[in-house]
Amino acid sequence: MPQFDPHFFSSQLFWLYVTFIFLYVVLSTLAMPKIGAVLEERQRKIDENLDKAAKLKAEAEAAVAVYEKALADARAEAQRVLRATGDALAHKAEEQQKALGERLAQQVQAGEARIGQAKEQALANLREVAIDVAKAATARLTGISVDDAAASAAVASALEERR
Amino acid sequence: MANPVEQFRIEPLVPLEIGGVNVSFTNSALFMVVSICLVTAFLTLSVRGRALVPGRWQSMAEVMYEFVANMIRDNVGSKGRKYFPFIFTLFMFVLFGNLIGMVPYTFTYTSHIIVTFGLAIVVFVGVTIIGFMHHGLHYFRMFFPHGAPLATAVILVPIELISYCSRPFSLAIRLFANMTVGHIILKVMAGFVVALGVFGILPMAFLGGVTLLEFGIALLQAYVFTILSCIYLHDAIHMH
Repeated sequence: MPQFDPHFFSSQLFWLYVTFIFLYVVLSTLAMPKIGAVLEERQRKIDENLDKAAKLKAEAEAAVAVYEKALADARAEAQRVLRATGDALAHKAEEQQKALGERLAQQVQAGEARIGQAKEQALANLREVAIDVAKAATARLTGISVDDAAASAAVASALEERR
Repeated sequence: MANPVEQFRIEPLVPLEIGGVNVSFTNSALFMVVSICLVTAFLTLSVRGRALVPGRWQSMAEVMYEFVANMIRDNVGSKGRKYFPFIFTLFMFVLFGNLIGMVPYTFTYTSHIIVTFGLAIVVFVGVTIIGFMHHGLHYFRMFFPHGAPLATAVILVPIELISYCSRPFSLAIRLFANMTVGHIILKVMAGFVVALGVFGILPMAFLGGVTLLEFGIALLQAYVFTILSCIYLHDAIHMH
């Protein structure tokens, strides 16, 4: 086999080391730093984008939190206003009702007073009329003229009996 | 039928001699030059665009770079980072030597024992120097495992010494033998295709399968050569 013929051993070793050292120099100074830089650049970009994404996500979450807080605040405020308005209206209605009740009670009282007055007056008139009637009836029936005092006493006692 | 070992013959293209030593530029040297030119072109032109999203060539170059980088990281560790350019060069040189050999009418320099041995001895000597640089004379402990009774040294030290010194031979012979045998099989099969005429269709089909297999072996042997170098480097740096 030609592989075991030592005639070209020196030549093959020589060219092996020449080409290998040349390739080593070219790769280590030229090609590998280039590929390494490309890979590093890509890794850097990826990391950067991941960082950015994480930051944006955090920002979005913060915005959502703020929004939800605002929503909750608004809801609470609305509840509060609603309750306050309800309370105010109820209070006002109560006051008005009370005022109305008082006025009605006053009117009722005044009416009653007027009625009582009218009744007393009517009763007083009734007594005078009764005295006159009694006097006139006595004069007509018996011909005796009764004096005012006696007639008044008689009417008074009669009214007292009826009561 | 052509002689199946004819393909391994060295032919001087430019006879040269330096100080009485034959350094003729041969077909073997020619394909070494072709190989390093292809490797250089492949690795520099492919990443010229520095594309963020790599194209086909760029991603192949990146895959090879990262493949070897990972191999060193997993097998040698962070201290192996320094030797990355050498290991990468070794891998590309062997890989392209194997692959170029698959092209008809080319010469496979990795099928020559002197070439594979030339590479293996560099690995061996380099690893030994690195070992002594890291551990000084303590590196001789390589030949005597920790915890073994002192009396066993008589047996263990020669065994370990032989095993250590046979590393370059096993590296060199493995690559040389795989490449040589593969090419001989292809050549013999191809001879049958011609010789059998119409029935040559059978060895022809077989030849297709073997060619695929040989591509696999070309990749695998480049990988094996490199990973064994990495493992030796690991032993030298960390000892076992």
